Amino acid sequence: MLETRSLACLRGDRLLFRGLDFSLAPGEMVRVLGPNGMGKTSLLRMLCGLVAPEAGEVLWGGTPVQREREDFHRALLYLGHAAALNDLLSPLENLRFAVRAAGDAVETAACNAALERIGLAAQRDLPSRVLSQGQRRRVGLARLFLSAARPLWVLDEPFNALDIDAVAGLAATLDAHCAQGGMVLLTTHQDVAFSTPLRHLDLRSVAC
Amino acid sequence: MLKPFLAVLARDLLLAWRGRADVLVTLGFFVIVVCLFPFGVGAEPNQLRAIAPGVLWVAALLATLLSLHRLFGQDFTDGTLEQLLLSPEPTVLWVLAKILAYWLTTSLPLVVAAPGLGLLFDMEQGGLRVLSLSLALGTPILSLLGAVGAALTLGLRGGGMLLALLVLPLFVPILIFGAGSVEAHLSGSGASAHLLLLSGGALAALVLAPWACAAALRVAAE
Repeated sequence: MLETRSLACLRGDRLLFRGLDFSLAPGEMVRVLGPNGMGKTSLLRMLCGLVAPEAGEVLWGGTPVQREREDFHRALLYLGHAAALNDLLSPLENLRFAVRAAGDAVETAACNAALERIGLAAQRDLPSRVLSQGQRRRVGLARLFLSAARPLWVLDEPFNALDIDAVAGLAATLDAHCAQGGMVLLTTHQDVAFSTPLRHLDLRSVAC
Repeated sequence: MLKPFLAVLARDLLLAWRGRADVLVTLGFFVIVVCLFPFGVGAEPNQLRAIAPGVLWVAALLATLLSLHRLFGQDFTDGTLEQLLLSPEPTVLWVLAKILAYWLTTSLPLVVAAPGLGLLFDMEQGGLRVLSLSLALGTPILSLLGAVGAALTLGLRGGGMLLALLVLPLFVPILIFGAGSVEAHLSGSGASAHLLLLSGGALAALVLAPWACAAALRVAAE
């Protein structure tokens, strides 16, 4: 279970929000709401431990995440704005590296299967620089299929640049993860239909 | 625990191979800088012999400096660095893997090319051996210290100049003992003291630099 206690976020010299208390329990899906520049991405990066909170703390299973960094990062999958793709490597090489660098063992066959499921079977061995925006996004999302063992998924604008079918497919994947007791925290500006009841976290309520 | 280390090492070596033009440019820069000196100072053999170790060392230092931005720059912009920082394994391990891959692809070619260039300066066999050894011991220190500088200036505007200002003063002792080792050998007093000091420096940098580098990368990613 992920919890925050009176979290505050400072960007430059501007306080974006303060006093944010929320929790995410197994099986839940939370969508972070707020207009541009409200601190949605900052909040996600803070929850992941990439940015230190200005005040307050983030708890994973009751312990502050800095104290149990390794356990927390073993349970976390974060997909940010940047797709983390190197243009000189193929989607397969990028995906395999991303999973191994995260400390998981993975077979090439499993990576191939994940790329096939996300619809990139034909582009598997092309250099990533020839991929379109949507295809680049899909390479990152293919990690979801290899990360079922990680309970907490934090996704920053996962639906960006995806076509309609891919959006539906991704929504189904997120629903399935929650059904198996996983947790999903996401930001998006699109209205996507989920079968899991979607909870909203509106940053305007804690904005400064 | 070794999984991310090996994954990063293999990936960076593969990337260096795919982008081998970059590697060759660094080597070409090294060769050209060294070849410029005889044109500047004249082709008097005694003079060339005297300046050879210093010239080769300074050229190696500049070649390292000019390629340091490659170490983390691409990973920083494409988001790979963020993902690596979220790896549950210790940050120092994969930082070390990146520095090792960088040394293998950037500095090792310089170490290999140096004796050939030394011949152009009419250096004798013993001197060339000491020069190669001093470069083999000294360039890892350049890579390790340079990596800390590269991490500290990551994402800054005009980071290249700042990196030079930050790192070059730190390279001075390595230059003194590196180039000095060849002179000590030629003067007959033996190069072992210089080479031992370089080895000590390399070990100290190996232990300390990855930690500093990891801390700087965390700050840069914020």
